[in-house]
Amino acid sequence: MDGKNIKYRIGKSYVAQIVTTVFAFACVIPLLFILGFIIKAGITKINWHFLVNVPKPVGETGGGIANALVGSILIIFCASLIAVPIGILCGIYLSENGKTRLAYWCRLCVDILQGVPSIVIGIIAYFWLVKPLGGFSALSGSVALAIMMLPIVIRSTEETLKLLPSSLQEAAFALGMPFHRVIFKVVVPVGISGILSGVMLSIARITGETAPLLFTAFGNPYLSFNITKPMQSLPHLIFDYATSPYDDWKNLAWGASVILLLWVLLLNIFTKLITRKWKVQL
Amino acid sequence: MESTIIKSRNFNALFGSNHVVKNVNIDIPRNHVIAVMGPSGCGKTTYLRCINRMHELIPGATSNGEMTINNENIYDMHPIFVRQKIGMVFQRPNPFPNLSIYDNVIAGYKLNGVKLPKAERDRIVEHSLTRVALWKEVKDALNKKGSFLSGGQQQRLCIARAVAMEPEVLLFDEPTSALDPISTSTVEELFHELKVNYTLIIVTHNMQQAARVSDKTAFFYMGELVEYDETKIMFTNPKDNRTQNYITGRFS
Repeated sequence: MDGKNIKYRIGKSYVAQIVTTVFAFACVIPLLFILGFIIKAGITKINWHFLVNVPKPVGETGGGIANALVGSILIIFCASLIAVPIGILCGIYLSENGKTRLAYWCRLCVDILQGVPSIVIGIIAYFWLVKPLGGFSALSGSVALAIMMLPIVIRSTEETLKLLPSSLQEAAFALGMPFHRVIFKVVVPVGISGILSGVMLSIARITGETAPLLFTAFGNPYLSFNITKPMQSLPHLIFDYATSPYDDWKNLAWGASVILLLWVLLLNIFTKLITRKWKVQL
Repeated sequence: MESTIIKSRNFNALFGSNHVVKNVNIDIPRNHVIAVMGPSGCGKTTYLRCINRMHELIPGATSNGEMTINNENIYDMHPIFVRQKIGMVFQRPNPFPNLSIYDNVIAGYKLNGVKLPKAERDRIVEHSLTRVALWKEVKDALNKKGSFLSGGQQQRLCIARAVAMEPEVLLFDEPTSALDPISTSTVEELFHELKVNYTLIIVTHNMQQAARVSDKTAFFYMGELVEYDETKIMFTNPKDNRTQNYITGRFS
């Protein structure tokens, strides 16, 4: 091979490396812009008063997002109560019985469920829960969000448990442990970091969901702790107030956006920490 | 007490339609070390896993024929009960990575939900670790994770975990094939100690190991039990041609 050809090939590989590096950087930029923009617009609105007060009526200055903050926490907590046990148990089934017909169909349904638009899930929850129960409620919002959490929890549990060596289970079975103890005393504790990170990611994913809550939790300008009644949530508050014509309300929406963003960011960082700290060295 | 502990009559094991253990008849005497040897894929590990009913955990795996312990049919008992009577040690050391050394030893009790007083637990842990010559090495590190130990120590920890359940029989599935020579000889020395209280069945494809540690040897080939006799006789004067060919290294 002559020298010119070699130089040409080295040059080509150099260009390829530069191109991939540039695009890697390009992926970071949108997030930085979003973070910068929203924090710049919203950070000045946030103070203690903002966190512990409910929105004021039009014309009055001040007010906060306490109702939405409480609402979001309650709705997500209830959604997790529903989705986490179901999701983990389903994930365990899929990893233990990966080849059965039920597993095949279950996996297919979970994949499709993941692709169902959130607004459709909201409408379904409306017809299943809001209409039969005779009114909007935070609980119906939680159910809608739980349905959205399920695919993430199920798949992350399944993938985590599948990666564990089969020798682990054999060791447990060989000691005469029944199936449920093998699963809950050995398999799940060893895979706990992966399962938890799936749960955290699913929470981060539903935190910003607005569409399913429009038909279900409905929103509420007052502070409410009753999950059988309408309730405000952060994304819902942003949606309502950002589209309003009043500057005070718009500011509220900016501040709420910052809180929402920080929430998701912190969840992601926590997930990373948990994965690292609770990882069982095999 | 009767001298035969494990007995197989016309025992077969299958994976789907693949017949891997064919019509095996064997009598295993109490407090002996039995080596099971043979080339790869001859069904020796499958046979071993049938004794404590681990074979049936694999989807599509079935078995038939008679397999008894103390003249009781193993396949009429509950597998959980069988596995507590017949302990098992695997090819690769597999201590529970989330448990300490201490908890690994009593895992059979702890994870099965058996409540024992602290003094009793301490006694079992010390006794079991002493039996496997690991107590001196780890007695100051009992609260460390089992996965911190070296491979040979981990394997001895796994033997201690099986011994702690006070089984009658211990099954070893190529217990030293993942270990270095020094760890291997430590584990082999244990076999002589352990046979005082237990019956040991050891699958190995290392003929020297079979010759060194066992009282009796079974030779499996293509799923059949070709020959089963005193180890000395097997290695000096085998009756079957296939055994002769295997131990002289004509095939492996």
